[in-house]
Amino acid sequence: MNLILLIEQLLNGLQFGVMLFLMAAGLTLIFGVMGLINLAHGSLYMVGAFAAAAVAAATGSFTLALIASLAAAALAGVIVEIVVIRRLYDRDHLDQVLATFALILIFSEGTRWVFGSFPLYLDVPAALSGAVALPFGINYPAYRLAIIGFGLLVALAMYLLITRTRIGMRIRAGESDREMIGALGVNISVLYTAVFALGAALAGFAGALVGAIQSVQVGMGEPVLILAFVTIVIGGIGSIRGAFVGAVLVGLTDTMGRVLLPVLFGTFMDPSSATAVGAALASMSIYILMAAVLLIKPTGLYGSA
Amino acid sequence: MRREPLINALIVVGLLAVPLWAYMADEPYVITLTTKVVILALAGVGLNLALGLGGLVSLGHAMFFGIGGYAAGILASHAQSYDPIMEWPFLIEGTQSMPVIWLLAIVVSALVALATGALSLRTSGVYFIMITLAFGQMFYYFTISWPAYGGEDGLSIYVRDHFPGLNTLDPIQFYGLCFVILLLALFVVARLARSGFGLALNAARQNEARVRAVGIEPYRLRLMAFIISGAITGLAGALYADLNRFVSPTMFSWQTSGEIMVFVILGGVARLFGPVAGAALFILLEEVLGGLSEYWHIYLGALLLIVVLFARGGLIGLLAGQGKGDDDD
Amino acid sequence: MKLKSLMLAACAAAMTAGAAYAEGVKVGMITTLSGGGAGLGIDVRDGFMLAMKKTGADIELIVEDDQRKPDVAVQLADKLVQSEKVDVLTGIIWSNLAMAVVPAVTAQGKFYLSPNAGPSALAGKGCHKNYFNVSWQNDAFNEAAGAWASENGIGKVFLMAPNYPAGKDMIAGFKRFYKGEVSDEVYTKLGQTDYAAEIAQIKASDADMIYYFLPGGMGISFMKQYAGSGAEKPVMGPAFSFDQGILGAIGEAALGVKNTSHWSKDLDVPGNAEFVAAFQEEFGRLPSLYAAQGYDTGLLLASAAAKADVKDADAFRAALEAADFQSVRGDFKFAPNHHPIHTIYMREVVKEGDVVTNKVIGVAAKDHTDVYGADCKM
Repeated sequence: MNLILLIEQLLNGLQFGVMLFLMAAGLTLIFGVMGLINLAHGSLYMVGAFAAAAVAAATGSFTLALIASLAAAALAGVIVEIVVIRRLYDRDHLDQVLATFALILIFSEGTRWVFGSFPLYLDVPAALSGAVALPFGINYPAYRLAIIGFGLLVALAMYLLITRTRIGMRIRAGESDREMIGALGVNISVLYTAVFALGAALAGFAGALVGAIQSVQVGMGEPVLILAFVTIVIGGIGSIRGAFVGAVLVGLTDTMGRVLLPVLFGTFMDPSSATAVGAALASMSIYILMAAVLLIKPTGLYGSA
Repeated sequence: MRREPLINALIVVGLLAVPLWAYMADEPYVITLTTKVVILALAGVGLNLALGLGGLVSLGHAMFFGIGGYAAGILASHAQSYDPIMEWPFLIEGTQSMPVIWLLAIVVSALVALATGALSLRTSGVYFIMITLAFGQMFYYFTISWPAYGGEDGLSIYVRDHFPGLNTLDPIQFYGLCFVILLLALFVVARLARSGFGLALNAARQNEARVRAVGIEPYRLRLMAFIISGAITGLAGALYADLNRFVSPTMFSWQTSGEIMVFVILGGVARLFGPVAGAALFILLEEVLGGLSEYWHIYLGALLLIVVLFARGGLIGLLAGQGKGDDDD
Repeated sequence: MKLKSLMLAACAAAMTAGAAYAEGVKVGMITTLSGGGAGLGIDVRDGFMLAMKKTGADIELIVEDDQRKPDVAVQLADKLVQSEKVDVLTGIIWSNLAMAVVPAVTAQGKFYLSPNAGPSALAGKGCHKNYFNVSWQNDAFNEAAGAWASENGIGKVFLMAPNYPAGKDMIAGFKRFYKGEVSDEVYTKLGQTDYAAEIAQIKASDADMIYYFLPGGMGISFMKQYAGSGAEKPVMGPAFSFDQGILGAIGEAALGVKNTSHWSKDLDVPGNAEFVAAFQEEFGRLPSLYAAQGYDTGLLLASAAAKADVKDADAFRAALEAADFQSVRGDFKFAPNHHPIHTIYMREVVKEGDVVTNKVIGVAAKDHTDVYGADCKM
């Protein structure tokens, strides 16, 4: 393992983390503002990816596909919020878990009903295909660099939205005192619908971006959902900054675990079992990380009790 | 308060009548299905102790379910191949005797619950949900990639394990065994709930500060509840392995944890018979809806949604038509 | 009442004179029809139904959805055996589900025909006289690929598969007849979707070729990411990651990839072109390898049902062993362990018009059979 490869793997870990952040940001926002555990967040991610694939197939434009993913996921978010989610805000977490679990079933099979059982085609746009040369002789896929860019942009936009705008002010007010903001004359149900739609749109956008380099298929949301939950729990639920730090930590741990653990075990085991044992431990690494973080800080890195 | 005991009695009668009818009508598959209901209900009874009484929302109970299953699978596979589990420092051989397997399933589940619970209970709320999920996932990935006992392929128990004096291969006898265990577990949980321990646990769920004020440490209460809860779910796992004569890492998956939780909520959290009603309804829905359409998950989802939104307190809450029984005491 | 329990009791055309069977064969199909892996089960089912339609065999078929869950599959098998009293079971897609169901079913005296998945345990020590594998033993495509790589001067390979038994079987299969050097052997997480780290390792390694087994969405993700990474090493794998359903999702990124398969839609053997056309006509899509296996399973069953009464187990077994049907993969025989002896071809992914698809470029292993048969004592 040379230094250049190590740097490239660190970059991969960062990029994986940023990808997770796109998904985790909406999840943590929704929890922070409305106190809602939304298991169906992965389904909104899937909706975005399918909408993008359908529009890309029809128009051939990746830009339109990205816009479609935002629109479709936001629309699905608004509908779900009005029909189901708003009845859950004052329920306990258990009811929320069960109701949003039911939504997963409906979304997954509904998507399969509309689009069929086979994975869809969605490719990176021609302008971003191929690799670009970075310093140290690293050839890095242009599209992955673009994902890092998008992720950082979203992080910045979220930061500005929450700290600098009227809506952000209301969101912050809503987080700290729900009754008070209603008393101040803010239409709280519109605010909640808007926040949910924003979270949904972010998830859909992530689904479209990631869908171009992964498989657009039914059930694609659940593995990412679990990862996103791990991310926001590590970061502290409700904290955007925590989601970002958590995402990068998870991305780096997972990637470096996959790369380094088999090498580590290879120093004292035969190669074949070393790779198997290393891979087994690597697949558990982020859960071990999460358990460790929670043991030291029971409310995550940036969470408040 | 009067309607709930009646409903519970009806459930017991139903669990006796259905298999009996199936036995008369020679419908062994109905007996198998009812056995599945009873075993999954037992897993739910375990979770309900932590969830309903203790307020501990564990999304990791698949961990205990799987441990129980693998206890049965591993012991039976060694017994079938006459290959001792270990020879040094002392000889341990596999076994196909159910009581031994159950004991091991309970002890190992309880030990794992002690270890994971001691760590997890330092957190609360959503963090507790997620840390229990994390422990479950660790077991899941470990069993998938651990080659000794089949990895993802799982482990077959070719002949169902034995119980003295019974022919466990006969569906109705195996059902009877599971049914008695469920009743015993319900009895134990009911006694626990009414004991000083149960009352203190329930009080800690409702108002932690007040319990502390009288000098009881909620952490210990909860840990104890988590251990008993895990042990009961572990026992259910061992029975489930014998029902299917097969164990696999799917028993450890987070979907399994989710399903056990669904039984509890569907039936009614903190109701003694809630998990039994929930498991029965869920299996029934799966059977009926599964025949309607390839896309039956949509209907299942819609029904679950209706239950959560409009039938608070689950099935038993709906039928009994009042708030949680425990809170009235 | 049951849409899923599609009763397909096609009228028996008086096919063979003198074949005296009392009643039709009752078949239970347990396959994956909902959730993520549903595409494979649907293809197997559709292929099987097409064979029923073509032969007009007197077969009653009950289809059940296992949701890709082993415990559900076991319970469905109990139901089909205990309540429906079927004679033959088939349909399971995944090795782990097959391991859960097959031993119990065959022990109860029922026949099981595997339209997909062939775990090594069932080919060797765990073989059974009532278990017939119509698809392949798990190692087959990989052994053929390993042999082909050696013959074509590939000196060093990079191997990759998910960290679970089928993945390790596939890699072991490749190494069995491969004489060159293995530069790296990487096991990934089951269900992994991002392969940036592995691709960086591939680029840094000195291997001449990448050989991987990543079924379903994992393979789609890897291939798309690999093509966009600027890596240029040739890629090869068993057909599962390059099947028609999957190529549609990968697109041009898969062009030029070589893969081993016992069947291809352009294979020039009697009946194949007819099958491809009939399948497209009936279902409006190109058949996949799974559809071909489902079709072959149906043909085999129909051929045995025409020859013998299923209630006479010995005669029915002998009729199955004869494998007296025209497989769409060409020559097909059963080895003594009831696993196929068939030719494995090398295919290449090409573009035909607008469709990305496979084309046969040669034979990788002629009359291939698995190595586990020696351990099988029936």
